[in-house]
Amino acid sequence: MKIIAVCGAGIGTSVLLKMNAEKVLRSLNLEATVEAADIETARASRDAQILLTTPELVEKLKGLPSEVIAIDHVFDLGEIGDKLSAAML
Amino acid sequence: MSLLEKAFGKGSILLNQTAADWQGAVRRAGDGLVASGCTTSAYTDAMIATIDDLGPYIVIAPGLAMPHARPGDSVLHTGMSLVTLAKPVDFGSNNDPVRAVFALAARDHDKHLELLSEFAGKASDPDFVNSLLSCQTEAQIRTLIH
Repeated sequence: MKIIAVCGAGIGTSVLLKMNAEKVLRSLNLEATVEAADIETARASRDAQILLTTPELVEKLKGLPSEVIAIDHVFDLGEIGDKLSAAML
Repeated sequence: MSLLEKAFGKGSILLNQTAADWQGAVRRAGDGLVASGCTTSAYTDAMIATIDDLGPYIVIAPGLAMPHARPGDSVLHTGMSLVTLAKPVDFGSNNDPVRAVFALAARDHDKHLELLSEFAGKASDPDFVNSLLSCQTEAQIRTLIH
């Protein structure tokens, strides 16, 4: 399973999302690779099952084969865990 | 000294600032990056343009914004700045109102990863924003992010 954490520049929000998603995946014993990318890179790479992003960017990721998950609070591992496991299990 | 503390150069920590709106708050944080030699003022414009274009997705937790733009010529060094706001401002986010603004400038896509990891460690604490706001001096902030 491949997950891409997506933000506008690919250096800030997406990197924090990636780090926290990796923590959550470890604690839930779920297998996936997580990359961080900007919107254009994420749109061009069509091999991710899940795109993890923030609510404002969901519109920009429409029309792709991946499931898009919006995280309100990037540091809320509970929210990330609930939404990721709902999508993965 | 932690990487995180080192990321805040001289003039990058601005406490109890007043801003009329989110643009003003981001501009103050951009001023901190310019003052500490991390960026030119073009980077400040780029941070504001990114939010204009994509929305306030940089408000990553309740009360906490982390504006940034792409690495580029306007970034001289990787670093951060902090503005705490005397009066909160709205960005139009679910995590409004914003009371602390951390601007981030990255020279490239890799060198700041450890820095962000340290930042995430601090910012994951639900009391982080309150602790920042209770600081009255730069020294107190530096102790908090040490």
